[in-house]
Amino acid sequence: MGTRNYRRKTSHSEHGAGDGGRTGSWRVERPVLDPSLCIPCKRNKEACFICWLFCPDVVISRTIPPTINLEYCKGCGICAEECPTKAITMADEAKFAEEDKE
Amino acid sequence: MHIIENGNAAAALGVKLCRANVIAAYPITPQTPLTEKLSEYVELGEMKAEYIPVESEHSALAVCIAASSAGARAFTATSANGLLYMHEQVQWASGARLPIVMCVVNRAVGAPWNVWNDQQDSISQRDTGWIQIYCADHQQIIDTVIKAYWLAEQVSIPVMVCYDGYILSHTFMPFDLPEPEKVDAFLPPFKPDYFLNPLEPANLNTVTLPDVRMDVRGELAHGYMEIRCLLQEDLRKALQTAGEAEKRFAGIFGRKADPFIEPYRCDDAEHVAVGLGSITYQMRVCVDQLRAEGIKIGVMGVRYYRPFPDEAIASALKGKKGVIVVEKALSYGYEGALMSDLKSALYEYLAGTGSLPVVQNFIAGIGGREIRTDDLTQTLRAAAKGRVSKEPLWIGLRL
Repeated sequence: MGTRNYRRKTSHSEHGAGDGGRTGSWRVERPVLDPSLCIPCKRNKEACFICWLFCPDVVISRTIPPTINLEYCKGCGICAEECPTKAITMADEAKFAEEDKE
Repeated sequence: MHIIENGNAAAALGVKLCRANVIAAYPITPQTPLTEKLSEYVELGEMKAEYIPVESEHSALAVCIAASSAGARAFTATSANGLLYMHEQVQWASGARLPIVMCVVNRAVGAPWNVWNDQQDSISQRDTGWIQIYCADHQQIIDTVIKAYWLAEQVSIPVMVCYDGYILSHTFMPFDLPEPEKVDAFLPPFKPDYFLNPLEPANLNTVTLPDVRMDVRGELAHGYMEIRCLLQEDLRKALQTAGEAEKRFAGIFGRKADPFIEPYRCDDAEHVAVGLGSITYQMRVCVDQLRAEGIKIGVMGVRYYRPFPDEAIASALKGKKGVIVVEKALSYGYEGALMSDLKSALYEYLAGTGSLPVVQNFIAGIGGREIRTDDLTQTLRAAAKGRVSKEPLWIGLRL
């Protein structure tokens, strides 16, 4: 089902990182994870993963610690908003731009 | 079997024979009896379909878009301001390549408010990427609905079946009711290439970037422009598929016609009147009278308006002295839309041959103004003598 031919007639894409293009360049704020507050990191158990569940761009991994693919993370901040322990905070992207230069 | 019914019933019977799965519509004059008939079929169990009453035309087409995306054969119908209210979804349905069939029962648009017939409603949707077919009698209405589903599903493009309000929708005419077995043979069940399925999740028509991009599989995916260009290419190719539909239909039902044009006494004609829908049959009466007076004139109905059968029209009009385009709609600020399209086809195929006909434009029946056959005959008689006006002339106008 879903022949390639038909999919190519319409805008038909699959769920996954990069579906909306290289959206990492849109980011003005970067999510930063503090493992000392993150539930799966603290308990070393597969737990919580609310950030993974809520990320609209599917760029957060369901791993310990969860990783964020900054190539595609557009910095919407939903993960920071949803994190029950405030382990994710949004930091000014400009700061990292300076760091990246160095 | 021959029956006598009105045009709306002919359309409803066609939809029933096509075994549409989902019908969503909002009543509007003169389309109302069509949807009432369909809800009756569903209510009585004569038709196994979901009839979804909605609160607006915008929702009616939105429901059809969802149903069609889920793999159902969907139908809706509307008129005038209802069609205009749908406009956003009209564009969506074609961009999403969903084979929805919609009857447009032609009616004038407001302001001022008017419920009578002209064709401004569907003509104003010309550039939405739908296939548009115009019917001139009840047999064409029921046959076209059946052909429309086959064509739509072949090319993945929605189809508007347009017929004149009241003149066709509310008048009774005898027509042949196709046998259900034959319709089933002509139109197999709808098998979409893809339909919404939780086991195969996908994003349909989400933000599509101006440029091409790598998708999640690492394959190059189209940008917006590629997808829109494919719609245009497939619409142009649909002319060929429409020809196949006609052949298949003739093979099963025995009713054979040119899919694109309907010429009457055109072979030796020096002048040809051209129009869309029922007015072309009315003009046959004028043509007969003018022929008796010795004027070599014929009339040609244009059945497909989009995709525009430019080649068929230009070759039918090749060598004619004059072409008289009579329209029930207008591209305000210039001339009739059919007039412009027809001239463009003539230019493409006949420019430089030294035989470009004189083309004249007349506007008639706007907002249901009665088109008196005598007025029409007089207009054609005058136009056949030579060019009357550069600007479109309004028949029956009292200013």
